[in-house]
Formats: sequence, structure tokens, C-alpha cells
Amino acid sequence: MKQLSARFERIAWPLGFGIAVLILWQVMVRAFNIPPAILPAPTEIGAAIARSTHILWIDWVQTAVKGAITGLIMGAIAGVAAAIAIDRVDFLRRGLLPVANFVAALPIVGVAPIMVMWFGFDWHSKAAVVVIMVFFPMLVNTLAGLAATDRMQRDLMQTYSASHLQTLTKLRLPAAMPFIFNGLKIATTLALIGAIVAEYFGSPTRGMGFRISTEVGRLGIDMVWAEIAVSALTGTALYALVALIERGVTFWHPSQRRRR
Amino acid sequence: MRNILSILTVVIAIIALWYVGSFFMNRAWVMDQAARAGETPSLMQQIEGTMTQDRAKLPAPHQVAQELWKGTVEKKVTSKRSLVYHGYITFQSTMAGFALGIFAGVALAVLIVVSRVADLALMPWAIISQTIPVVALAPMIVVLSNAVGFESLIVPKALIAAYLSFFPVLVSMIAGLRSPDGMQLDLLRTYGASQSQVFWKLRLPASLPYFFASLKIAVAASLVGAIVGELPTGAIAGLGARMLIGSQFGQPMIMWSALFAAAILAALLIWLVTGIEALAARMMGGRRA
Amino acid sequence: MTKKPVISARDLDLTFETNDGPIHALKGVSLDIEKGDFVSFIGPSGCGKTTFLRVIAGLEQATGGDVSVNGMTPEEARKSRAYGYVFQAAGLYPWRTIEGNIRLPLEIMGFARADMPRRIERVLKLVDLEGFGRKYPWQLSGGMQQRASIARALAFDADILLMDEPFGALDEIVRDHLNEQLLALWAKTEKTIGFVTHSIPEAVYLSTKIVVMSPRPGRITDVIESPLPRERPLDIRDTPEFLEVAHRVREGLRAGHAYDD
Repeated sequence: MKQLSARFERIAWPLGFGIAVLILWQVMVRAFNIPPAILPAPTEIGAAIARSTHILWIDWVQTAVKGAITGLIMGAIAGVAAAIAIDRVDFLRRGLLPVANFVAALPIVGVAPIMVMWFGFDWHSKAAVVVIMVFFPMLVNTLAGLAATDRMQRDLMQTYSASHLQTLTKLRLPAAMPFIFNGLKIATTLALIGAIVAEYFGSPTRGMGFRISTEVGRLGIDMVWAEIAVSALTGTALYALVALIERGVTFWHPSQRRRR
Repeated sequence: MRNILSILTVVIAIIALWYVGSFFMNRAWVMDQAARAGETPSLMQQIEGTMTQDRAKLPAPHQVAQELWKGTVEKKVTSKRSLVYHGYITFQSTMAGFALGIFAGVALAVLIVVSRVADLALMPWAIISQTIPVVALAPMIVVLSNAVGFESLIVPKALIAAYLSFFPVLVSMIAGLRSPDGMQLDLLRTYGASQSQVFWKLRLPASLPYFFASLKIAVAASLVGAIVGELPTGAIAGLGARMLIGSQFGQPMIMWSALFAAAILAALLIWLVTGIEALAARMMGGRRA
Repeated sequence: MTKKPVISARDLDLTFETNDGPIHALKGVSLDIEKGDFVSFIGPSGCGKTTFLRVIAGLEQATGGDVSVNGMTPEEARKSRAYGYVFQAAGLYPWRTIEGNIRLPLEIMGFARADMPRRIERVLKLVDLEGFGRKYPWQLSGGMQQRASIARALAFDADILLMDEPFGALDEIVRDHLNEQLLALWAKTEKTIGFVTHSIPEAVYLSTKIVVMSPRPGRITDVIESPLPRERPLDIRDTPEFLEVAHRVREGLRAGHAYDD
């Protein structure tokens, strides 16, 4: 009973807050007669979404699926694989970790124009930007995760005379999972940013970033907000998906054990 | 010492790989030119050709370094082609956004820690805000801040930078304000401390190391925000704007030098914040217990 | 002697409601502690010794029965600064010097600024930490940190000192030393001390009264008045009297089925 109401509260409060903001938005736009070219009301945005589902779908496939998600998957796999490879060689690990840490903190979005120049206007350049943006946080987090086992646990594996591969799959990768998922969460938020930014440097006549910049020019602000809504939903859904998988994989970790 | 050696080796290896990459990526153009002139270039000629192109696909490291040197030291700081000038523009909005982000992050964290309702109602939205790509919102932020009456681009750019940088501060501050354990709270209860005394004497000082640790991430995020904010806002000055111009006019050297200038700026900012963090740690008792 | 007890508990009950059903942390606990007593609470984990101390301190609310401290409720006693509490860990603020840590309760309780240095000086002397006031906690050993936390509890002149396994995390040698010092401090200050421990020698060595407790439900199984003199050198632990008391404590623990599981 108590747990049920606590759960209800966890959903009701944020939902209520979100709805309150939308209502306030609607009322403000109507009360102050704000022109739609500056800020359309939520209902107008809803109408724009309903009116142009086809365009939104095409843009979504172009940017989110082909650009962001493809890049995210490739970059994540590359990052984890590179980390596992680097981890084998102590010299490399000590040299690369600080460099990778440094690079991960740099504004990597800046490679977008270069990728567009290399791979052309279509989704390949977008995916390439995402791969690079995603690669470094994944690499850094996985390396940190692989180092997260303590001496005693590793000594135990050694008493079994476990091979490197066995230690990796049975101890170190599972122990690294919370770190890998942490990196993946950062990566999902970066992926959409990368894919959209790259479109500002050139794109075919579809894609969310393309649509946003052209519609701003044509004062089709309701359409811009419709794209924002789609991108927001996509970003949140991607993040939620990763969080859901994380809960399944790292159920044993203290951060996931809140209720049992 | 061994670490420095490893790092140096890695950096040298990266630069070597870069040269190899430039050679292969730029060779097609050299061969093309040669074929048109009816010549077959020797390997040395090929190498020379790939390292000196103005519009190289992948300029060689020394070309980028030269371009950086030209853009910073040889140009007057006030020149529109000076990287220092553009870097300063980006730096301004980065710092404005950073300050705004810190303020918003700390204020929200305090609110969330003090009020359970705020925690329930706002925290999910704070997380969701970070899953929404800012770049999509950026043009709207420009339109809106224009409508409100801010002519200068620094306001929307700072807002975008703050949008990215407030979150790490928020998360760390919440963790920091909640870091005192039951025993420390009990101790203050035995003194009959009030809620505000618990906050000022325990929670706030306990959160400071967390706060400073978050600044590094926040300043890096702020810079990304400032650069991204220059892309769809029609900015003509700033490192992001330089990238856009380089891309539109097909000038790879401009893009590369802007990219590296941004990287250098990021390094400077992080170095600065790390210094502040170390200073603060010393004032807080020298070491975290 | 018809002294009025400083701490008096009558039929205390405390039940925690958990998902696995109620847990009786304390059941029918009655005890009087007189002024100047050194009372140890001993028993296996889950016997409610810490809970009892927390009830006395008003950190936990009893679900039944009465407890009074200096004739007041624990809440009131706390407001009148009746006791200082020492926890298992020193819990010193790493961002404050030792002086700053001792000043903390004084600041919260609103002592006059001018009064503080004198008080800090005095309690540092009591715990043998003169000259360490300007150090930061991490510059001190574990035993010294715990002494600083005792100084912190003494700073505001409470009559009662409540200590929850204060030396539990320290090694045996340091612990012996601190026990000796604690006795000296007790003799000097004539405080009433409530002391939770799970070490039989420690309890016997320190106490004038040993309260043996046992779990499920948490209750008192024996109260032993120590026949040992108040002056106690460390080697008193080899005397027959000492061993005799220790034996009785052990018997008491056994009677409470403490070793069943």
C-alpha cells in the first residue's frame, strides 16, 4: 500500500509538473497574443505534428535511425573493443588512458565539418561524427570499468589459474558493466547532438537538423517545435532503453538495488 | 615517469599515423593532377605533394600547426581572421554560460535536496532535459531571446552553454549535499541543531569537493554548448562560426585550425578549473578524508 | 545511598516495523543509572544496546514505557545540553581543524565567541591533545581522532557522556591505551558515562556497572555491580576479582542464548 502510493507519487509529480508547464505555455501564448512566428502554442505544435507525420517520419529515419543510432552502435562497439584490446597491453593503457581522457573532454563536435567533407552530405558523414563522439566516452569508461576489480578478486581468479580470456569474461567484463552503461548513457545523449550538428554543415533535403534550419528561415516555427518534440522523444526513449537494459544487466550493483 | 614515456609514445604514434593518413588520403589528388599533366610522380614527389595542399582532405600535422601559428601569433588580435579573436568570442559565451549553469545547477540542487516535492517533480525533467539534443532547441532559443529583446548573440549562446553545463553541477551537488551519513546527522541532532544549521555547517561544506569535481565536466560541456550555439544562430564570429565558414567555402584549413583552437581552448579551461579545484581543496583542509 | 538516578528507564519497548514483520529491538527494559556511574552495555549484535543508548539520547523514540534523563524527557535533556554523544567513528569534519571540530557544537549551541578558545583548550588538555588543535583530522592517527571526538563531546560541559562502541574500530593496543585514558578522564571530570561495547575485558575494566543484554527481543538479562575499586591500573585485569566479574558477564551472555546461532 505504502509502496504503491510512493510509486504513484514518482509518476504523478513529474507528470503534473510537465502538464502544468504546458498549460502555462498555452495560456501565456493566448493571453499575450504571442505571434506563432515567435512561440506557437502547444496545441498548434500538436496540429503541426498531426499534419506532417510523413515528413517527420522521413526526417526521423534519416537523422535518428541512420545517423544517430547507426553511429551510436558502431561507436560503442568500437570503443568497448578498443578498450579491451588496449587493456591487454599495460604500456598502451598507461599511455592511452590520459590521452583518451583528455580527448573525451574536448569539443569533438568540431569534427563535424571535416566528416561532411570526407563522407558527403548523406547519413554516412552524420554516423561518422557520432562514431567519433561516442568512441571516446565509451573507451574511457570501459577502461575504468576493466580496472574496477580489486586485487583479491583477481587473485582468486589466479588461484584457479584462469586464462586472460576467462578472467575477462567471468570477472572483469561483468564488473565493468556499470561503467560501460554509464558511458553508454553519455553516448546516447551525444549521438543525437552529433547527428543533428553534422546536418548544419550540409545534408540532403531531409533530416531533423535540415528541417529545423530551413523552417526557421521560412518562419515555420510550429514545424521547428514539432521536430524538437520528436527529437526530445527520441532522446528520452533512447536513454530509457539503455537504462532499462542496464537494470537487467547490472541488477546486482548497489545503484540498482534500491528496492528488493 | 614511466607514464610520461607511455603518453609520449602514444602521442608520437598518433602523429605518425596522422602523416600516413594524410599521405593516403591526399594522394588521389596528387595522382590526378599528375595524370592530367601526363607525368608519373616519384614517391618523394608524391609525399611532397600530399603534405603541401591548400585544400587537403587531411592536412598534415605541421600544416595545421602552421595555420594555428599564423592564426594566433602572426595575426593582430583584433583581426577578423585571428583565432585569438574568435576564440575570445567563444570564450565569452562559454564563461557566461558556465556561470549561469553553475548558478542554475546549485540552486536546483539545493531546492531538490530541501524539498521532496521538488525532487519528485523536477529531477526527472532535469534528466530528460539532457536527453533532448540542444542543437534542435538552439534556433528557438535565439528566436525567443530575440523576441524578448536581446539583440546580441551572447545571450542565446550562453543559454545553450548553460543548458549543457548545469546538469553535471546539479548531479554532483545533489550527491554532495546528501553525502553526510546518518552518524553525522545524528551528531548534529544531539546538539539540537536546526535544519538551517545542518545545511550551513554540514551539508554545504560537505558538498564542496563534489562541486569542484563537477566543474571540469561543466566547463567542457559549456564550451561544447557555446560552439554548437554558434552553428544555427547565424553567428559570424566565434570558433563554431569559423568551422561553418570553412565548411561553406570549402576551406579545410580553416576548419582544422578552428577545431584545434577549440581543443586548445578546452585544455586551457580545464587546466584553469583544475587549478581552482586544487586551490579549493587546499583551503578545505588539504586532502579529502 | 538514596541518590536520585540520572537516567531512569521503566519498561521500555521499541518495535521497528519492517517488511519482514515487526522487530522487537527493546522489550521491557528497566534500568537506573546514578550520578558518576560508568555503565557498560554488552551483548551480541541485535541485542538492542545501541538502540537503548539512542533512546536515552532521544535519537530514537521508544514505542512503550518511560525514560527520563535528569528528570526530563530525552528531548528536553538534549535541549538542556545534558549529554555528549560519541559515535563508533570519530566523524570529524575533514574541512575543519581539530579546534574547528570542537568548536562545532559550541557554534550550534550559541556559546559566546570569546568563551570558545578557553573551552577548546581545556578539553584538548583533558584528552591529551594539546598542541594538535591546528591540525586537520587526517593528520592524526585513528586513536587521536577518536580522542578528538571525545573532546568534542566534552566541550559543552554535559554531565553525561554516551559512547557507542567508541573504540570498536581501533586495534587492541590503541584501545588499551584509550581505555586507561578514559578512566583517568572519568575520575577527573566525574561524568556519568554510558558505554556500549562488545568486548568483555573492556566492559569489566571500565565499568562500575555492567548491563548484559541479549537479542530477540532485545532485553536486559543481568546487571552486575562491579566490586573493583575505582582506581584501576591496566594490570588489574590479571587479578582474580577481575576474572571473576568477567566470568559472570560471560555466564550472563550465555544465559541469554547469545551463542545459539
